[in-house]
Amino acid sequence: MLYKSLSSFPVFELERDYDKCIVCGCCVQQCTYDATYYLPYAKKVITDEHKCVGCKRCEAMCPTGAIKVRAVSNEFKHNAYWDARTIRDIYKQADQGGVILTGGGNDRRFRVYWDHLLIDACQVTNPSIDPLREPMELRTFLGRKPDALKIEYDENGEPDLKTELYPNLVAEVPVIFAPMSYGALNLNMHKAMAAAADAMGTYWNTGEGSLHRDLYKYGHCTIVQVASGRFGVSAEYLKVAAAVEIKIGQGAKPGIGGHLPGEKVDEEISKTRMIPVGSDALSPAPHHDIYSIEDLRQLIYAIKEATNYEKPVSVKIAAVHNVAAIASGIARAGADIIVLDGFRGGTGASPAIVRDYVGIPVEIAIAVVDQRLRDEGIRNWVSIIAAGGIRNSADVIKAIALGADGVYIGTAALLAVGCTLCHKCYTGKCAWGITTNDPYIANRLNPEIAAERLINLLKGWAHEMKEMLGLMGINAIESLKGNRLRLRAVGLTKEEMDILGVLPAGEGL
Amino acid sequence: MEPLIIDAKGMHYRRLNQMIRDKVAEGYRHFILENVNGQRYIGAGIMEEVFIEIHGVAGNDLGVFMKRGTIIVYDNAQDGVGNTMEGTKIVVHGMAGDVCGYGMRGGKLHILRDIGYRTGIHMKTYKDMVPVIIIGGKAGDFFGEYMAGGILILLNLWDDDDRPVVGNFLATGMHGGTIYIRGEVDPYLFGKEVGVVEVTEEDKLLLRKHISEYCEDFKDHGLDVDEIMSESFTKLIPVSTRPYGKIYAY
Repeated sequence: MLYKSLSSFPVFELERDYDKCIVCGCCVQQCTYDATYYLPYAKKVITDEHKCVGCKRCEAMCPTGAIKVRAVSNEFKHNAYWDARTIRDIYKQADQGGVILTGGGNDRRFRVYWDHLLIDACQVTNPSIDPLREPMELRTFLGRKPDALKIEYDENGEPDLKTELYPNLVAEVPVIFAPMSYGALNLNMHKAMAAAADAMGTYWNTGEGSLHRDLYKYGHCTIVQVASGRFGVSAEYLKVAAAVEIKIGQGAKPGIGGHLPGEKVDEEISKTRMIPVGSDALSPAPHHDIYSIEDLRQLIYAIKEATNYEKPVSVKIAAVHNVAAIASGIARAGADIIVLDGFRGGTGASPAIVRDYVGIPVEIAIAVVDQRLRDEGIRNWVSIIAAGGIRNSADVIKAIALGADGVYIGTAALLAVGCTLCHKCYTGKCAWGITTNDPYIANRLNPEIAAERLINLLKGWAHEMKEMLGLMGINAIESLKGNRLRLRAVGLTKEEMDILGVLPAGEGL
Repeated sequence: MEPLIIDAKGMHYRRLNQMIRDKVAEGYRHFILENVNGQRYIGAGIMEEVFIEIHGVAGNDLGVFMKRGTIIVYDNAQDGVGNTMEGTKIVVHGMAGDVCGYGMRGGKLHILRDIGYRTGIHMKTYKDMVPVIIIGGKAGDFFGEYMAGGILILLNLWDDDDRPVVGNFLATGMHGGTIYIRGEVDPYLFGKEVGVVEVTEEDKLLLRKHISEYCEDFKDHGLDVDEIMSESFTKLIPVSTRPYGKIYAY
């Protein structure tokens, strides 16, 4: 037996070039994990590598470029089965017992279906469109559409729509900031997402931690969430929003609830969630008033009644094996939007074992849900938002071609403001000031600059999406929806292609 | 303004509630609903100081998301009474179903007789908002589950069957608030997150205050606060505000 903690093998090593180091102490001040400190007798800054989480904050901030953070090169003896993480996790649990927590999204080596799908383009026989010269529409309507339109013409031949339309969200870009709660994130990030959504004519989602009073002015571009903990859910909260979302599940942790630990519930979070300072904010795994599709319908209509049928109601579920049948039930329960959150979706805190091994890829979920709703003739009853690991505009295009109406981006939005995917969100110490509510560290995230970066990201994606539509000869994103003929598969099995509803590369129309 | 009488006979809930909302917007505050027979969501999301009297059985989610006002039901109520409610008082002259007071943040539920399963789940307190549920009869399983704040008072006044005063899994996952049960409770019914503590003089004052108001609401039933208070109460509080704080390895 070894009576020393085996968990102490460092994961990262810090290479410090002492010729460049000016001992300014910047890295010491920036590190929120106490990994870097000044050694007075040596007049040197050194690093305790055991504490380094690899977030690269020190590397980014070092004024002389003296620091390189990298994963340790000489880990354990190479083993294709017992990888280093598995070994470390066993050491950690043998030390402490308990559930291993993580943040972020699933980083395991599962097949990435996006990367096996290629997009079609026009050549010779059908002209492509240049989006720089011709109008190209990304505007997306999210919500229920009527089964048929009844139009009557008056004596002057002017058309008059007789069908009553359902409330819809109108997004100028089909990319919405994903639900991430105030608590998991800080108010600066909420401000940034709200301002960016407002500027881009799209939406952001509060997550389940309610909406801070200062952000009520962004109600018109805000989707508010109602989750099992019902934090801060009030009549005003529902009425101020553009849409209301019932959170049933989360792709990163299907079937389990959430705990915002009491020590994170400070004065402002307390005010927003309407719970006492310092008390645990427990979100039970199920809504205890929802044990069936009929119960879900009851909550959907409770929200519709409370908001006078003026807002679409969304239901967000994790992508799981039976997702198609569940989505059909949700559509029939009266939801206007269904959000499918795939297993790559991120989290502020989840048991690692759940994040890594539960759920299914969102690509598959979109395809099977879209197909099921079409087969049942109810696809127009709901819009589908795909979430969970959307990385770039090509993923958005592919999601829409597979059958989604729009997407949520969470991890991509965090990356845009500095996240380096160290997956330590659950510690509340995020050195980049994103997933921390420590007021000193949270100040590192400037809401105006962060909003600007989010706007830049969406603008870039919007341009790219227009380019991709143009090269397909399509001038409106609506025409791409569920248009799986514009996709071809490379390296997938017959079964996978059948489920995704795509042809193999090389097979023409 | 005169009370508005609405005959809800055969009326779909959507029409009934639309009518109430429209009339509230017109300035009406006092409603008398006749022949109610299970219509859902009565009062949903109303933020004005309304007074709604319901004759007949109120349907699911009575008073859901309501901010203020009073509802009196002169019969039974179905499931979800006071769901995610913020500040209304609801008085039910009969029984109420399952999941009453879920996520309730303020206001009061006064139920004359029994209540179903899962009462007061995830009820919470915020500053001066303290939700109170008082039940005259018995309660089913999962009473006060995940309770985060507020007060549950179970009186067992009628004891007209051989069921215990409360069902299994009492207060499992409770991490805030207080439960008072009149009489003794068999400890096997408790969730592991709660403990019994002594009822102090302060508790008695608080109980007297709430139960007096309850007796006043049901004065036709000859309830007497002194008689109710003459029996001892069992007081349950959570053993920890962080019941699940120690299950993780960092």
